[in-house]
Formats: sequence, C-alpha cells, structure tokens
Amino acid sequence: MSSTAFVGQRVKRLEDPDLLTGKGQFLDDLKLPGLLEAAFVRSPFAHATFTEIDAEEARAMPGVHAVLTARDLPAEMQGQRILLQVPHPQITNAVTQEPLASREVCFVGEAVAVVIADNRHLAEDAAERVIVDWEPLPAASHCDAALKPGAPVTHSSMTDNIAGRLNLGYGDVDAAFRNAAHVVEERYAPHRGTGHPMECRGVAAVYDVVGDAFRIWTSTQTPHNTQRAVIDMFGLSEDKVRVITPDVGGGFGPKNQVYPEELVIPAAARLLGRPVKWAEDRREHFLTTTQERDQVWDVAAAVDADGVLLGVKGTLIHDAGAYLPWGIIMPYISATTLPGPYKLPAYRMAVTVAFTNLVPTTPLRGAGRPQAVFAMERLMDAVAQKLGLDPAEVRRRNFIQADEMPYDMGLTYRDGAPVMYDTGDYPQAQALALAKAGYDDFPARQKAALAQGRHIGIGIGNYVEGTGLGPFEGATIRILTNGRVAIYTGAAAAGQAHRTTLAQICADEMNVDVTDIDVVGGDTGVMPRGAGTYASRITVNAGSSVRVASIELRGKALALAAAKFDVKPEDVELTHGAVRIKGEQGDSITFEELAKMTSGMPGYALPKGVKPDLEASGYFTPPQATYSNGSHVAEVEVDAETGQVKILKYTVVHDCGTVINPMLVDGQVQGGVAHGIGNALLERMVFDADANPLTTTFADYLMPTAELVPDCDIVHMESPTPLNPLGAKGAGEGGTIPAPAAIVAAVESALTPFGLRITDCPITPQRIVELIQTAQETIQEDH
Amino acid sequence: MPDALPRRRITLTVNGKEHSAETEDRYSLADFLRHGLGLTGTHLGCEHGVCGACTVLVNGEAVRGCLMLAVQAEGCRVTTIEGLADDDGALSPLQQAFMDNHGLQCGFCTPGILTTLTAYLRDHPNADEPEIREALSGNICRCTGYDTIVRAALAAARTIREGAKA
Ligand code: FES
Ligand code: FES
Repeated sequence: MSSTAFVGQRVKRLEDPDLLTGKGQFLDDLKLPGLLEAAFVRSPFAHATFTEIDAEEARAMPGVHAVLTARDLPAEMQGQRILLQVPHPQITNAVTQEPLASREVCFVGEAVAVVIADNRHLAEDAAERVIVDWEPLPAASHCDAALKPGAPVTHSSMTDNIAGRLNLGYGDVDAAFRNAAHVVEERYAPHRGTGHPMECRGVAAVYDVVGDAFRIWTSTQTPHNTQRAVIDMFGLSEDKVRVITPDVGGGFGPKNQVYPEELVIPAAARLLGRPVKWAEDRREHFLTTTQERDQVWDVAAAVDADGVLLGVKGTLIHDAGAYLPWGIIMPYISATTLPGPYKLPAYRMAVTVAFTNLVPTTPLRGAGRPQAVFAMERLMDAVAQKLGLDPAEVRRRNFIQADEMPYDMGLTYRDGAPVMYDTGDYPQAQALALAKAGYDDFPARQKAALAQGRHIGIGIGNYVEGTGLGPFEGATIRILTNGRVAIYTGAAAAGQAHRTTLAQICADEMNVDVTDIDVVGGDTGVMPRGAGTYASRITVNAGSSVRVASIELRGKALALAAAKFDVKPEDVELTHGAVRIKGEQGDSITFEELAKMTSGMPGYALPKGVKPDLEASGYFTPPQATYSNGSHVAEVEVDAETGQVKILKYTVVHDCGTVINPMLVDGQVQGGVAHGIGNALLERMVFDADANPLTTTFADYLMPTAELVPDCDIVHMESPTPLNPLGAKGAGEGGTIPAPAAIVAAVESALTPFGLRITDCPITPQRIVELIQTAQETIQEDH
Repeated sequence: MPDALPRRRITLTVNGKEHSAETEDRYSLADFLRHGLGLTGTHLGCEHGVCGACTVLVNGEAVRGCLMLAVQAEGCRVTTIEGLADDDGALSPLQQAFMDNHGLQCGFCTPGILTTLTAYLRDHPNADEPEIREALSGNICRCTGYDTIVRAALAAARTIREGAKA
C-alpha cells in the first residue's frame, strides 16, 4: 500500500517560508508580556574563591528588580548541582556546575550572580557594579600539563585533575608488536574548537502561581534533558514543567547540555512573579558554552611487511574542562571510533580524562570522532611513508570487506551493545572517491604544478561513524478535526528540517501531501518522553517511530471507515485526505469527518464496537547503533610563503543507508565539511598559561567563510541498514568527521618538498609557516 | 551613572512605513528594530560586526545593524527581511531562489544574507560565482557550507536579469 511519493525525493522544506520572511520565532524573538531581562555576573578568573558578593549598589540602580547570588536562590536549589546527564562507572569525580557558584569558580565566565532588570542594557549596567572579593588560585590550563605531578588542581577539593580513566581493547597487542615488521609511532594533538551556532543560547521562563508550574523556552537540542534537570532541581512532578524549543538557530552539540542559566532563569521568574529572559551574547558564548578542544594521542601501529595492520596501542588524554556535564562519553567514542573501516586484530587504548580550568567540553558535531579519525588516518599515512607505499594502497590492504558484514569490532559501544558494523562497502567508497577526485592523475598534476612553483597536495580521510543511537525517540500521529494530519515528536530541530523529513515519511503512509501535515517538535508538553537531537539519531529514531505510528494510524482510519460503511477494511483505501470504498463509484469519507466522529462532537456517531481513537504513537527503540561511513579526498594548494591554504577540490562519498531527502542530506554533508574545514585550518580556541581565554570574538577566532569553503562533489552510496524500518542511518556529522584528516594530509602532501610531518590541527597559516621554517632549519643543521 | 539615560525621538521609514519612536541614544539600530519596533526578523549573531547576521539596508546600502546607532538612522529609509517580499506576500526572486536551492538550514544567518545579497545583486546583476563568494565573505553561516547560498544567488541573478529584459 505504501508508495514513495515523498521518501527519497528532494522535497522542498516546510520550514522555509517563515524563515525567509522574518517570521521565525527564535528565543530572543519571543514577546512575553511583562518580560524582564537578565545579565549574569561572571568570573574574570579561571580559578578563584570568594566569600562576599556586594550587590548593594547594583540593586539600587534604575530598572533593576533583583540581584541574586547563590544564597538568594530558592531553598530547593541550595547545595545542589546540575544533574549529570550521562553517568559512567569510570568517572572518578562526577562534578557538575552549581546553578550559581557559591564559593569557588573554576573557569573564566562561570556565573556567580544574576541581575534581573527591565531590559538587558540596564541589567548589564548593574552587573558591572556587583563587587566580588575574588581570591585568585593557580589554574590548570592544558590537559597534558594538568596530569603532570605538581600541576595546579582544577578544583581545590581535589588532589589531582583526573576525571576518569578508561581502558579499552581486545586481542594480544603485545604479540602484535613483537611480530611486527614495522612499527610507526606518533603523537597527535588535534584541537576541536567550538560549535558556534549563529544563534547563541538563551532561555525564558514563566511561572504560573495558580498551577505551581513552569513554562520554559530554551534554545536547546534536548528539551527533555532540561525538563529532567528542572524537575530534579525543584523536586517537581513532570506535568509542572513544560519545556518548549522555539526555532533554534543551530546546535551542533553545545546546545545539548543543561546549563546553569536554564535553572536560574526559572528560579528568578518564580521569585519575581514575572517572565524573565536571558539571551546569551557572543562573548558569553565564547566563555561559557561548552566546547570540545584538545586531545593528545600517543599511538603506535604495528604492521607486517606489506603494511597490513597487526595492532594499535596507545594513550589518549582528553580535556574535560572544569566540569563533566556529559560525563566521559566523548573520549569513549574517540577510543571506540579509532579502528574505523580497517581490520584491526589487536587494540589497546588507555584513556585519561583530565580536568582543566577551562569551560567544560561536551560533544560537538562529530563528538570525539574527528580526533580519532585524525589519529588513525595519520597513522595510515605514516605507514605508507615508512613502507614507501601509496596512502590509498595501504588503506586498501586493510579494509573490512563488504561481504564480511555485519562485522564485530570486538569493542563495546557507548550504548552498551557491541560495536557491530551493520552494512557498508568501505573499499568501494574509497574507490569511488578516488575516481571522482582524479587521484590516479594527481602525481602528474603535482609535478606540473611544482614546475610552476606551486605546491599542491592530496589527502584521504576514511571513517565509520556510530549513528542513530537509542534508547528511543517517539512520535504521535493524529488526524485532526480540520482534516490535517499532525505529527508530535519530542525531537527538537536546529536547522535539520525535521518537519520536512518526518512529514515525508508520514505523507507516504497516509497518502496525503507533505503540506497537509503539521509537525510539532521539541515540546515536552506534546510528547512526554524524549532523548534529544544529538548523535545523528533523529531520522533513525523519530523517523522510524513516525513510520511505525503512521502505519498503525492508517490501519485505524481504514478500520473506522470500513465500520462506518459496513464493509471489510480490505475494501477501503486512503486517497488524499479521505478514505473511500475501492472501485469506481465508491463512497468516501474525509479525514475531517473521521476525526469529528472520534472527537465526541454531538451529531457524529461512532459505529458500534469502534473506539474513538484516531491517533497512534510509536517509540522506536533501535537494537544498536547504525554505522554510517564515507571517504573524503581533499586537494589543496599551499602558499609556502604565507601559509595560506586553498581547497581546490573536495570529494565526498557518503553512505548513510536509505536517504529520505537527498537535498537535505547534501546540505548536512556540505555544512559538515565546512565545519571540518574550520577544524582543519582555522578554528583554535586559545588560552594563556593562566587559562584565560584569548579568542573571544570572531575577529580572533576565525570561522570558515564562503571564500574558503568549496562546493563539495558529493556522491551517495546507499547501504540500507536492516536495523530499522527505514533502512536509514544518521547523516548529520559525517561531513565533519574525516575532513581534518583529509585536509591535513593534503597540506602535508603539498609540502612534500620540505619533508615535514603534520601531527596537529588546526594548521593555521602561522602554523604552516612555522612548520616549514622548522623543517628548513633541520635540513640546514643536517648539512 | 545618571538617573535618566539620554533618549531621543527618531523618525525613520522602515519597510515603506514611517515610524516615530523614542530610543535610548546607546541603542544599536538592530536593537531598536527588534525591541523598539518588534521587527525580530533581524538577528544578532555577534554584536561586534563580523558575522553579518544583523545586516539591514539603510538608504539601499547593506549596513551592520549592530554597528550603527539607532539615532544615526534619523530620516533614513531602512529595509529589513520583513520588507523583502512583495506587499501581496510573494517572495522576492532571491527569497524564492533560497527556497528552491536549499539556501538555508536553521535560518538564523538568513536575514543578513538576504539583505546583503539583495543590495549586491541589484548593483551587480551579472555577478559570477567568485564575485558572489566575495560579496558573501562578510556573512558567517555555520549550517550550510555556503554552496547552496551561492547557487541561490546565481539563480536569483538570472531571474533578475530575465525580469529586466522582459
Ligand atoms: S551581529 Fe552584527 S555583524 Fe554580527
Ligand atoms: S542557516 Fe544556520 S547559520 Fe546559516
């Protein structure tokens, strides 16, 4: 019965008409009557204690309604910290932030007080007049140094900076290294930078005295997490806290946390009996919104004489920042992602998660994977160099083959299930990417360019990405009395066009047009359970729920109409918003009338024995993660004088199983690559030795622009997964994951005449010039 | 800190409609449009002049609404994203091209990009891809990777040129 009029098509977005005409409703656009606005007083020190906050002058300033410190917060909040979102047994110190710091601050920007005033301008004026008796303390400023003996501690209550340790692996690694023909060993230091959605964070809250209930709007990827945290903090029941996401201007991971402001603003709204809003500015975003930042990998690969992998071992230090809002999931993902598309017989990785006095880190587009792929792909390139082989050939010799699927990697994924690759053809993905990129002709191109004094290079990045993570995401589908079909889902969108994707899936089952469907997402009031928009999981989870629920609802609509016409359900069919008796002159009944029959409206009788039930809910619970994969090839030109990199050509082969809307997936990939280009070439969050952030504007912290990001050549392979009814896997992060590896390899290839190795990223122009100079000095010293 | 902050009344035309309103001297044009006039289509992405999200047209020129004071707009003609479509609601060629070419994802940067390109294409209807990329280089979009925006701009330029010929 189901056709695919919409699934698989480049359906235009239902979101666009409003967003193109200025009718979007982002957090800061909400107009709430009687609204007050907040500004926070934040620590200027990376580590300090304080005892007194003098807010007397601030409280007396014009338009100021309140200045709240930790002590002024409601009794329920006293002594409480924000709920840890992802507990893990290997966390040694599960410390999360206080809503307002009460005596110690552990990163620059940590909030100690909030001013509520008539508007933001007045609130900021007053915030400047709040005096805190700071007592600065030494600060831990880099994860590597933080683990050295005698390093300053991030929290004065702790004796070291260890947040957690993990040991992962399988197989006889020692034997692998004993029997190796060659061993390559390197230290990699990938830096991730920050998410920087164009809309910063923000939260607004209204407290209803009569119902003792909160309504909270927040620019988040996970309204249900915020709801859980508020419930936990205030000790309320679920129905008293409704969290709604307005339009969200990008997320990319950092909006996947619960932040102090999301608790303090509701508290202020309740205390003052007025709606209160806080909209983060970009400087606050640089200081307080979670980042991903540094990892340090010391890794070695053992290979046989042909370059075939025997084992990989090493250590990984991961920068947690000052708190653990998301636990230690990122380094866990890094360590389980490292083997990638390759057969790795033995593996051992010892992970240490280090606290530093820097803003906390949490998953950012790719979530620990770009760094792991950087480490593994750089190792493959090192093997190629050592054995004098082509980098593509070394990879070819190590791929897991398509007929070996499903493939058990021997590791346990973050969802507790084995890392079991479901489907995919990795050798074919690379072969396609190389062909598209003109890889075989590259040596000739490079030679010709060099003859003109131009340095061009090519690099490969392959990856496998766990996506579509459980536990579930739900959807309820209902036929409304106006004849439209509504999809309610917990999933919150931040630009991914969930409305369009979910409507496409539903439209095919319900035989209506996508424009006949309303999608309401990201509201705990319409969907009581939800996990959130992260881990490229919404199409898989919410999409599958929509499919399952749509099929059920279709059955109910058919049964109801059949009972009404007194025929068998097989004798009726859905046609564009109605159910009719099959055949030429069949009677029909519209969705509108069916919905009215089940609404209890007087005058609309229900057939005997039929329940007034024209809705269906699905909570799809995937058995395990799905594994997307892909191959990227970057071709670049480097100006050896200035260190400028130009990306000449960028090829992507992307396999995310069944594609629901190729236009949207292309958009996710292209946007993801742009983010990866930032990670490869520009985006570095710089801190000084005292852990003070030095890059706090877009003039210091560079984002990729239209002049740097090329038009990617994107090829889709579709290896549908058997793990969900759509055959789909996640697509939101694959563009970003291998980009730094591919681009850095390409830059290194371009600089072959200088004989240098690149083991860190981003490689800014300064860094490239520095690498060239060091390489030249080494050559001179050797002579 | 003086008790009363300096304020004055300004009169300006926004999207073809004359407005006269009080504003504090220190308000940026973007804040005034958003909070003073309730035109929240103009977004603020950085408030320091780099991201371009706040771009509006002042007397036809693309201007960063976060870097200009509201009082400087006295007597000016301002166009925001709310004023780009026809009076009857028909999308402008550029808006339509964004819809057709998937030129936006979250839509937060979109108002500033639409205003920037509206002025640019008006003055450069024959712009080619590198020129459009250069014109866009002061607008940050974190979602799209720009390619679809460039394609939308090229498509809109074609429509505008054809419209001019007809
Ligand atoms: S908000 Fe004006 S340029 Fe960014
Ligand atoms: S569409 Fe999201 S920032 Fe451009």
